[in-house]
Order: sequence, then structure tokens, then C-alpha cells
Amino acid sequence: MSPTALLVLADGRFPAGGHAHSGGVEAAVAARTVRDPATLFAFCRGRLHTAGLTAASLAAAAAAGCEPLVLDEAADARTPSPALRATSRKLGRQMLRAARAAWPCAALDRLARELPGGAHQPVVLGVTARAAGLTAPDAARASAVESVTGPATAAVRLLGLDPFDATAVVARLCDDVDAVARRAADTAGRVADEGAGALPAASAPLLDITAEQHAAWPTRLFAS
Amino acid sequence: MHLDHSHEGPGALSADAHRPDGTRRALRIGLGGPVGSGKTATVAALCRTLRDRHALAVVTNDIYTREDAEFLLREAVLPPERITAVETGACPHTAIRDDISANLEAVEALEERLGPLDLILVESGGDNLTATFSKGLVDAQLFVIDVSSGDDIPRKGGPGITTADLLVVNKTDLAPHVGADLGTMAADAAHRRGDLPVVFTSLTGDDGVRPIAEWVLQRLAAWQRGTARPAPAATAN
Repeated sequence: MSPTALLVLADGRFPAGGHAHSGGVEAAVAARTVRDPATLFAFCRGRLHTAGLTAASLAAAAAAGCEPLVLDEAADARTPSPALRATSRKLGRQMLRAARAAWPCAALDRLARELPGGAHQPVVLGVTARAAGLTAPDAARASAVESVTGPATAAVRLLGLDPFDATAVVARLCDDVDAVARRAADTAGRVADEGAGALPAASAPLLDITAEQHAAWPTRLFAS
Repeated sequence: MHLDHSHEGPGALSADAHRPDGTRRALRIGLGGPVGSGKTATVAALCRTLRDRHALAVVTNDIYTREDAEFLLREAVLPPERITAVETGACPHTAIRDDISANLEAVEALEERLGPLDLILVESGGDNLTATFSKGLVDAQLFVIDVSSGDDIPRKGGPGITTADLLVVNKTDLAPHVGADLGTMAADAAHRRGDLPVVFTSLTGDDGVRPIAEWVLQRLAAWQRGTARPAPAATAN
């Protein structure tokens, strides 16, 4: 199918619920660890190489045709924060809705049937990429870039950051995104032989901790 | 072609008229309008008026989450399990128009959890005059403005004013105090809206919500007769 499908899938306007999530940046802004373009860059780079790598690997494996139910368990095992598990499944449900409208197919219907509470978002992203005729590296790239564009967009809203500066932050991370996507696709290629254990389990403990705290805030602008 | 018919499988995608088990789902009515115009007060009054005879639920889209939901809870207009707050990431109009997935989740979860409902009110976060609901989310929408924000608001127009299925001009009791000319507002609204209805309300008055409740009940009757179907999703054409 068309490589343009990757642009559609990775477009921030793809209606999969991401706009209401900050990727942890709302908590970081409150803690003043993200306050300007330089600190946003550091935050995004850290997220990309940890949680971003893990998510991209799961997405790549799902796009490569690995069993999504196994990958979904692997995602659970790699998401220690209950709040982030719930967020990931919620975003998975929301993405699945958009995906089934955009690229209707039996694999996506099966995912909705087998996991009515929602599959983890990276797994849904990977199955969606496959349904759109995209490859494992494509899915990894879509997932990796999303792990930095989400926080960058949220920072614009939270800090009144200059949107050109925020976009420049994302642009400066392109080489990092490509490297993470390559690594993710490589490890996904090993799952067929070695099982889901081959997938990276990188995580950012501070993101996990602040996600739990953020979920308990009485008022907040973003859902996560 | 409606999305409902374009695939086989579990779960509704968008404004499908039926629930996954084949039963007709609740009518969904959206309430939009600027901050402070009386959206939440309208929701509260509608709940008090309709709750004894109809199965209701409410979804709020607060800018700062849970404010409106908590007002409704405090006022005890519905039991807590019938009120859900959707978080909108500082962009309430996005959540009701451009990316409706979180709101669809919320309305479907309410029906799943509470059993069949007659009506779900979806309240937008207070926004500006351009905010409208997607037809993939609601079957009809009303737009609430008030006289104290200026009697030139209907003349200014915008999608909410011109296209909402019902325009509500609230706080008419304040008109003499703020120098608002209700006649001008009515004429401007009619000019902007053609045949679409406009009601003037004062929610602080006795049974002030009556004109809105009557309109809602008409829509509900049409929906339950099956004559008011959701418009086809634009993407499915």
C-alpha cells in the first residue's frame, strides 16, 4: 500500500485521543524541570530513549506480525505504573476506533473483540500500521516521533512556549528518533525467534513516579 | 454509507444509532457556548426537570477537569455514577469536534455501565463562539449565550450561533441592568439562523428551563420513533 499512510498515521491530527495527554510534561512543568526549550529538549530526549524506545519496539513487533496478545502482556510487564497502564490502554482503545474507520480489517476487529478493555497503545499502533500496509520500521518511527511530539505540543499549551521553538526541539531530535526507530525495528525482528523477551524494557522511573502523582492531582489540564 | 455498515465486528465506531448489542442507543445532545453563559446551569436544570421520567446521564468537558462535574455532583442533580468528566488537554473544542474519541468512550461507557439510557447530555468546556460539536459525537446541539456578554453576540455570528440546532439566549432577567436589547438579539439571531429555533430563558426564574426542556423532549421523541438519525459521518461518503 501507500507509504503516505505513514504520514496519515503519524499526523498529530489523527483522531486517536493523544491531544489530551502530555506524556508526563504537565507534571514536569509543575516541578519546573521543564520550563524552556532547552529543558523541553532534555525531557523529550530522555523520554524518547527510555519509554519511547520500549513503545517503539512493541509497535514494530506488532507491525511485523507478532501475536498482539503476547505483545500486550509484554507491554504490561514493561509498564510498572498502574496509571500509565490505564492511560496506555485507554489510548489504545481510542486509537483502535480511529484505525478501524481508516483501515478496516479483520486484525483490528479481532483486537477490539479479544481485548475489549483496550490493548496497549503501541500494540494497537503496530497492528494499525500493518493494516495500513506499513512496515515494522515505519511503525517504530511513528511511535518514536509521537513520544516527543506529544510532550512538545503539551509544553506549548502549558508554558505558552513559542511554538516555533517547540517545533525546533522536535526537529533537532530527528536523528535520535531515527536511531531509536532502527533499534526498535531490529529488536522486533528477533521476537519471532526469541520471544517477546527480546524486546527492550527501558523505562524512566521518574516518569513512572510523577505519572502516579499526576493521576492523583485534583485538577489538571491533561489526562496524563 | 454509514460507518456502521462498512465493517463487521465489535464495538461502535462513531455516532452509530445502535449499541453493539443491536439496541437503539441514547440520544446525545451537546451543549456548547462561551464561559459563564449558563451551560452547566442548563444541564442541572434539565436534569432536575427530566430525571423523574427519563434515564439520563451527563458528560462534562471541563477545561480544568472536574469543576463542572463537581458542581453537578454538589447540586445532586444526578447520582454520581451518572456523571463523567472527560479531560481535554486544555483544548475543549478539540475534544468535542476534531478528536471525539475520549467523549465517545465516555458516552458508551455510561450506557454500558448504567444499562439503556434515554438521553446523554454532553457539555463542552466553556469556549468561544467557534466551538461546535462533531456530528460523530452528538445527534443535536444547543448553543448557550447570555445577554450580559453583549447584545451584539448574535450579530457577530460564528458556527455556534449560526448552526446550532437550538440557540439559547440566557439571563434575560439581566437585560435591563446591562442595557441589552432583546429585540435586537432576536432579530439578529433570526437573520443569522434562518429557520433554526431560538429561545430566550432566565434559568433563575420558576421553571425557566421549560423552553429548552420542551425542545429536548421533542428531539427525544423523534429519536425514539427512529425518525431522527445521526447524519452520516463525513469520512464514510
